[in-house]
Amino acid sequence: MTTATDIEKKKPLSGLADSGAYQKFLAFASLIVLLIGFSIASPNFMQTSNMIAILQATSVNGVLAVAATLVIITGGIDLSVGTLMTFCAVIAGVVLTNLGMPLLLGVAAAIAAGAFCGLCSGTFVAKMKIPPFIATLGMMLILKGLSLVISGTRPIYFNDTPGFDQISRGSLIGEVFPSLPIPNGVLILFLVAIAASYILGRTVLGRYTFALGSNEEAVRLSGVNTDMWKIRIYALAGAICGIAGILIASRLNSAQPALGLGYELEAIAAVVIGGTSLSGGRGTILGTLIGALIMAVLTNGLRVLSVAQEWQTVVTGAIIILAVYADMARRKKAG
Amino acid sequence: MLSRRFILGVLSAATLAAPASMAAAEDVYIPLVSKGFQHQFWQAVKSGAEQAADEFDVTITFEGPDNETMVDRQIDMLAAALANNPKAIGFAALDSQAAIPLLKQANEKGIPIIAFDSGVDSDIPVSTATTDNVAAASLAADKMAEKIGGKGKVAVVAHDQTSRTGIDRRDGFVNRMAENYPDIEVVTVQYGQGDHLKSTEVTKAILTANPDLNGIFGTNEGSAIGVVNGVQELGTEGLVIIGYDSGKAQKDAIKSGLMAGAITQNPVGIGYETVKAAVAALNGEEVPVLIDTGFYYYDASNMDDPKISAVLYD
Repeated sequence: MTTATDIEKKKPLSGLADSGAYQKFLAFASLIVLLIGFSIASPNFMQTSNMIAILQATSVNGVLAVAATLVIITGGIDLSVGTLMTFCAVIAGVVLTNLGMPLLLGVAAAIAAGAFCGLCSGTFVAKMKIPPFIATLGMMLILKGLSLVISGTRPIYFNDTPGFDQISRGSLIGEVFPSLPIPNGVLILFLVAIAASYILGRTVLGRYTFALGSNEEAVRLSGVNTDMWKIRIYALAGAICGIAGILIASRLNSAQPALGLGYELEAIAAVVIGGTSLSGGRGTILGTLIGALIMAVLTNGLRVLSVAQEWQTVVTGAIIILAVYADMARRKKAG
Repeated sequence: MLSRRFILGVLSAATLAAPASMAAAEDVYIPLVSKGFQHQFWQAVKSGAEQAADEFDVTITFEGPDNETMVDRQIDMLAAALANNPKAIGFAALDSQAAIPLLKQANEKGIPIIAFDSGVDSDIPVSTATTDNVAAASLAADKMAEKIGGKGKVAVVAHDQTSRTGIDRRDGFVNRMAENYPDIEVVTVQYGQGDHLKSTEVTKAILTANPDLNGIFGTNEGSAIGVVNGVQELGTEGLVIIGYDSGKAQKDAIKSGLMAGAITQNPVGIGYETVKAAVAALNGEEVPVLIDTGFYYYDASNMDDPKISAVLYD
């Protein structure tokens, strides 16, 4: 028998859990439908090597999308994730190749550079009250330019740092299960996602991330230093972009200074497909992860089907609109 | 609302099923992974490849990233191409090193790689179909020197600083000037990413800074058109402009006399030779390591020459 208090306690809690689970199930279901659809359409799609190719294609965009999710939940937007990734890759290149420092120091420098740039963006937004769109647009251009300046406009190769390319290309899983050579880059994506999920769901920083996106004024009036928390979130997102920088540099075994523009939009697309609201206050990392996977499955599947490239772009755009529309329609009905 | 997403998924899967079954019916599948796609130059390479595909009865696909900085996107395209059980692959690397693991994978499976355009910096490709960009840009320098009378100031609007073609064309031009024409000074090399608008702005800045300039060399289609636009917007007269590649705007500029002339590669030939070499490699025939697809200098006087007009594209 359930008592009245039990029901009272349970109702809001179980309601939250249900809608969350339902949303994830929906996104997951469309991913599965895409996978099944492509498998039926082409015998070459469902191969271990192609599945691994899809996961690897997801890794960089997935990590960037996780960073973008954090900022978007606060009601902001981060347009600098792509070029910040490049900037961090270039910093790693300078530290490892030009200065000849050990591997770990290069990785740490890239993540620190990311966190610092995030901190700058956060300060522009929180302290200087520049709208996030403008602040991070400025940052995007600054970082694109700086990447070219620091690298001397040439790619920096990591040939002198043995093991650097293994960060993304190597496979720890493959050493244990030789038939399943999932690259480390994918492992890192999942670790980043789990960590970000934990921060959002279980820490004070996570609680304030949602609170800032729902009603910043209320949070401020209740005596919370909203500026400080906002800066911290941007800095965390920046550090995650640093990890993406390491991943892409390791995968290409080089820091490509001209790359990065346009990657922010794909990251944001993954975030919204995953059900995170662009107006803030709502979103999940798992949703973003599935959103990034949907994007990668779609691109890869259309290629394996030999669909003409101009039509691939059309279909991808249509799917983004349909996915977000379906999600919003469901939400409207639910509440 | 579950059904809504399901319908969406099923619909997209269904629309995709049709072309797939068609592709699966063919036997010899040769994907070409290029450096670009929507640019007219790449469309011309594609048409050459399609021509050869018809002639040798093979199936090709032609893909390339949106712009030439997207090295990782090109790697993803190569991975998808590999998944499709190709018999051979045509590949124009944006960055050779980044592609090495996948090229090795193809090599282990016994899939021959034919490099095209800028080629691949590795010994894995059995052949490379390309333009000698250094020689072509040197010819542009010779023509420029001839038009400005062997002395004066010139500038270069280049498409990028990192790709092989960008470096070769810039250096081919600049080095030829330094070696053969001591009275000509290359005052600056600026980059416009091959983008028409950016190259226009770059040109205007160069002209503002150097009002006594005698000539400008634009290193690809977008750069050359940008130079023409910049000169038109500022109303500068008497400047010798030499371009690269073709395209309708560039051809019109040459006809009207705004542009002195341009270097053309043979993009149709690049595509054609790539597929032809792939078929030859599959049949176990000897394939040359380097296929020079050639280049020409063209101006208003020889544009309609059948040899030239065949390689120009709109």
